[in-house]
Amino acid sequence: MKRLLLLLLLSVSVTLAWALTPEEKGLEIAKNADLRDSGWGDQKQTLEMVLRNKQGQESRRQIRGRSLEVTGDGDKSMSIFDSPADVKGTAFLSFTHVNKPDDQWLYLPALKRVKRIASKNKSGPFMGSEFAFEDMSSQEVDKYTYKWLRDETLDGKEVYVIERIPVDKNSGYTRQIVWLDKEIDHPLKVEFYDRKDSLLKTLVPSDYKQYLGKYWRPGQMMMNNHQNGKSTLLIFSEYSFNNGFTDRDFDQNSLKRAR
Amino acid sequence: MGKLLRLTAAVLLIVSSPAQSVDWRGNVAVQERLFFKPPIDPRQHGDNFSVAAQPEMYHEWDDGKQNVSFIPFARLDQGDDQRTHADIRELSWSYIARDYEWTIGFSKVFWGVTEAQHVVDIINQTDLVEDFSGEEKLGQPMIKLSLIRDWGTVNFFVMPWFRERTFAGVDGRPRVIPYVEQNLTSYESSEEQRNVDVAARWSNSIGDLDIGLSWFHGTSRTPLLYPSLYQQQVVLAPFYQIIDQAGIDAQLTKGSWLWKLEAINLDGNYQKYKRAVGGFEYTFYGIASSAADLGLVVEYLYDSRGNLATTPFEDDLFTGLRLTLNDVQSTDALLGVIKDRYNSSYLFSLEANRRIGDSWKLSIQANKFQADGLDQSLKSFAEDDYLQIELGYYF
Repeated sequence: MKRLLLLLLLSVSVTLAWALTPEEKGLEIAKNADLRDSGWGDQKQTLEMVLRNKQGQESRRQIRGRSLEVTGDGDKSMSIFDSPADVKGTAFLSFTHVNKPDDQWLYLPALKRVKRIASKNKSGPFMGSEFAFEDMSSQEVDKYTYKWLRDETLDGKEVYVIERIPVDKNSGYTRQIVWLDKEIDHPLKVEFYDRKDSLLKTLVPSDYKQYLGKYWRPGQMMMNNHQNGKSTLLIFSEYSFNNGFTDRDFDQNSLKRAR
Repeated sequence: MGKLLRLTAAVLLIVSSPAQSVDWRGNVAVQERLFFKPPIDPRQHGDNFSVAAQPEMYHEWDDGKQNVSFIPFARLDQGDDQRTHADIRELSWSYIARDYEWTIGFSKVFWGVTEAQHVVDIINQTDLVEDFSGEEKLGQPMIKLSLIRDWGTVNFFVMPWFRERTFAGVDGRPRVIPYVEQNLTSYESSEEQRNVDVAARWSNSIGDLDIGLSWFHGTSRTPLLYPSLYQQQVVLAPFYQIIDQAGIDAQLTKGSWLWKLEAINLDGNYQKYKRAVGGFEYTFYGIASSAADLGLVVEYLYDSRGNLATTPFEDDLFTGLRLTLNDVQSTDALLGVIKDRYNSSYLFSLEANRRIGDSWKLSIQANKFQADGLDQSLKSFAEDDYLQIELGYYF
């Protein structure tokens, strides 16, 4: 009897698993990845951007970033520019939201002026790079709808291949295809399709390292734009967690003091 | 200048004593102004070369809770003795706690949201000889306390020393006709520059709204200019009255729209008036399938004094186009026209910036003036259309 019950339960759960539509499975995978990456609290890191044009000419930018995890909404983040020298001290404050437009402020040190800026411009380039504002902002589950496409192997790693469609009409993308590493639940590759649904960019994050024994962060992110031949490489370093940040470190007063 | 040197030496000592890191940055810039017509007053110079430097030193300690900042500024000008000037833009100590901040020393504070004119901004005096648009400010000695609460931030200011506005000298261009003779400066307060000014401002961000309410009591930053005799010639003499100024500045951010308003009520024994600037900025993102953004700025400028206003903008409309290329060189340009609603007076201005390499920036500024009829305040500048080219090195 017991065995029969077990068998019955097993068959029911298998049926349930099979009953998941590709959409449900995609959402399940995204939720799971999000859950696995929650609880980090706060973090800071430094970032070097290497911008390359079609001719291979390079331009570099140094940015320090810090962010605060917000449960139930998008995260808060601040970026402080160290170079090029003419924008040194410029700082960008962003409150990401899931269901409404983000709040964004820019601090211009020469004028001591904090400007609230329109956040509608999601598809605009971040600092002249191949990363759009929406690529740089915090990734929340509710920002997309999902569809699981297939499981496959990428560079010897087991991955889920998921299509995600931005909910926001102002997104510059019709869809993204994500190759999500099953082991660490972070993307190994993302393809971005523009509003005409042609391939625009490919992102390849790499050199993942684990912090606090739990959270994986990439050492590099390479974005190639297939349409204009330009690329941007992000090199992350000096990741640090448990900095004791609070809301106070992400307000306009701290924005004015950011250096 | 002696005072300035002693202060500089003192700060250098403070900053260089501990072996901890001092953050250095700054810029050096050369500037050429080209004028297209002969001046109204033959004593005014023609094309003009100028060089300026603004180093910045910053040091923090105590886990970032305390810092000192020092930003001196100096300009050497070919044609105008008054524009050859130096200033302490910043020389201050700050203490930052969880819910309050202190700043003591020379510092700079900006209030406002609009583009065409800033009517609410009052803490710092305008360094008018530096830049005709009034965007450059002199360092203001102050004690500032910020209280940071859930319902907003309140700043309190006590300002023990008044800074006179800088004006172009006899040789300078562009300038008012006749020129402003600063030796004739006078004050309503018997304490003159030692009059203690006070101010407070509450500001908060509530959803899409950023709002500030401010109040100022003390010596007006904007002098009244009276015709006067100096060495047997007619000049303008600055007179600084004591005022109470109440102000509001607000911005509503809705999608691609920014709605902006600044308004003040100014009350003095010699003049009382109201000024306001309000309008919108709408941005077209990614124009012509490029990365570039084009913003349209429309603002109305009001001054209750009408044609007696000390500014040419008493019933005018500002229309501006802001182009941001979002390229690697951060190229941007702002083209604007302020036009009187009832006569043909206008001020046309163009500002453009582009980074060259990693450390250089090229800036171009052009101003064209057209004065008509009763608009006395623009008439002085009628022959002073100019093109300014500046090349700055940033480190």
